[in-house]
Amino acid sequence: MELDFSVVIEYLPRLLSGTWMTIKLVLLSIVLGAIVALPLALARISKNPLISGLPFAYIFFFRGTPLLVQIFLVYYGASQFEVVRESFMWPVLREPFWCAIIAFTLNTSAYTAEIFRGAIQAIPEGEVEACKVIGMTKTQMYRRILLPRAFGIVLPAYGNEIILMLKASALASTITLLDLTGMARTIIARTYTPIEIFLAAGAIYLLISMVVIYIFRLVEKRQNRYLGTQSIKVPDKG
Amino acid sequence: MLNLHGFGDQLLQGASITIQLALCSLLVGLVLGLLGASAKLSGIKPLQWIANFYTTIIRGVPELLTVLIIYFGATTVLMSIASVFGYDEYIEIGPFAAGVTALGLTFGAYATEVFRGALQAIPKGQHEAATALGMHPRRKFFRIILPQVWRIALPGIGNLFLVLLKDTALVSVVGLEDIMRKANVAVSNTKEPFLFYLVAAFMYLALTIVSMIVVHYLEKRASRGISRG
Repeated sequence: MELDFSVVIEYLPRLLSGTWMTIKLVLLSIVLGAIVALPLALARISKNPLISGLPFAYIFFFRGTPLLVQIFLVYYGASQFEVVRESFMWPVLREPFWCAIIAFTLNTSAYTAEIFRGAIQAIPEGEVEACKVIGMTKTQMYRRILLPRAFGIVLPAYGNEIILMLKASALASTITLLDLTGMARTIIARTYTPIEIFLAAGAIYLLISMVVIYIFRLVEKRQNRYLGTQSIKVPDKG
Repeated sequence: MLNLHGFGDQLLQGASITIQLALCSLLVGLVLGLLGASAKLSGIKPLQWIANFYTTIIRGVPELLTVLIIYFGATTVLMSIASVFGYDEYIEIGPFAAGVTALGLTFGAYATEVFRGALQAIPKGQHEAATALGMHPRRKFFRIILPQVWRIALPGIGNLFLVLLKDTALVSVVGLEDIMRKANVAVSNTKEPFLFYLVAAFMYLALTIVSMIVVHYLEKRASRGISRG
């Protein structure tokens, strides 16, 4: 077997433009996903089944089905209906980029909502009681105490979700988008060097996830600095 | 009533392939996970390096890319290995074998961490007691350690299986005739993408629910020796 990595050098600019597409996809869906996730998580916590029922079904559907199905549902599925094709949404739903963003956002918001819910519920009951005792309104309690606290708790799991999203973004290549994977596949169709180009793409993904991990470590340290040494201590296993 | 234009049987066949793929990958992944965890805890540096390399790479690369690398790359690698032994015929690996390899490798990398945590959670006294009874190390592992590891690892492994189940859809990209692929075929024949992808989604959802029930049952069974205070 002879591997010729000069193709990687030759096609590096195109791989990098694919990388930029991947980064755009991930950043946009992560931000939009978090915006959708917050109300979902808050509604999911509600003790009223009428309020918590719908977010539960939403989260269950998007976490229980493959992302590939969800992308196809948005990209191919929406165009089945004339109503959609004639609506003002059509210029958006026609574009693979926006379909990917919609599918990724819906998907990641379901996972993120569960992470947010876990974080909010992990806050000790005493802190909630303390807020009530000093007469905070519910909004004040969430805005000043619970959400900032939850932000610190949420960080490690949220970092993982971003990495999962980064890896999931490779699915955009199935609806003709030229993200890193899509670009790699078009290059290979021309050069017939699957191993070299795919390995190069894999290395780029690995690099991005390491950067994400590094950034989250920094933010985590800063956000949880009030805990002192506690935040740095790794909990013992077993 | 739902009109599937006669593609219902096809979808069910696809489901059967999806289930087979998931179970085979699970088996490969469990073995790789146990090996990986044992390597990481072995205290032997080269083994630890290999295991760390394996889990870092696999967990940092998209599953779709792993599937593609194995499907398109394995042929080249296998043929060059075979040519060393004087075999020059064309070798091709099918989508199913590529899928099992790729998903098994992915599952194994994540399972390594789950099993590692579980192995470390077994109290030292259990090892000592088994040794004191004169058990052979292999017997100690299978009779004493593994059943306890199983109980601790089950929730994590169950979650990984749910992820694996959904990842099987990726293998349709290289042509495996699973639920996804059958849905694609039905869509190109009937021009009803929304209907068929939605049906596919609910089939995956049903498989997820069944898996959750099985995992719950297994968890109950595995902890029957434990009393909850």
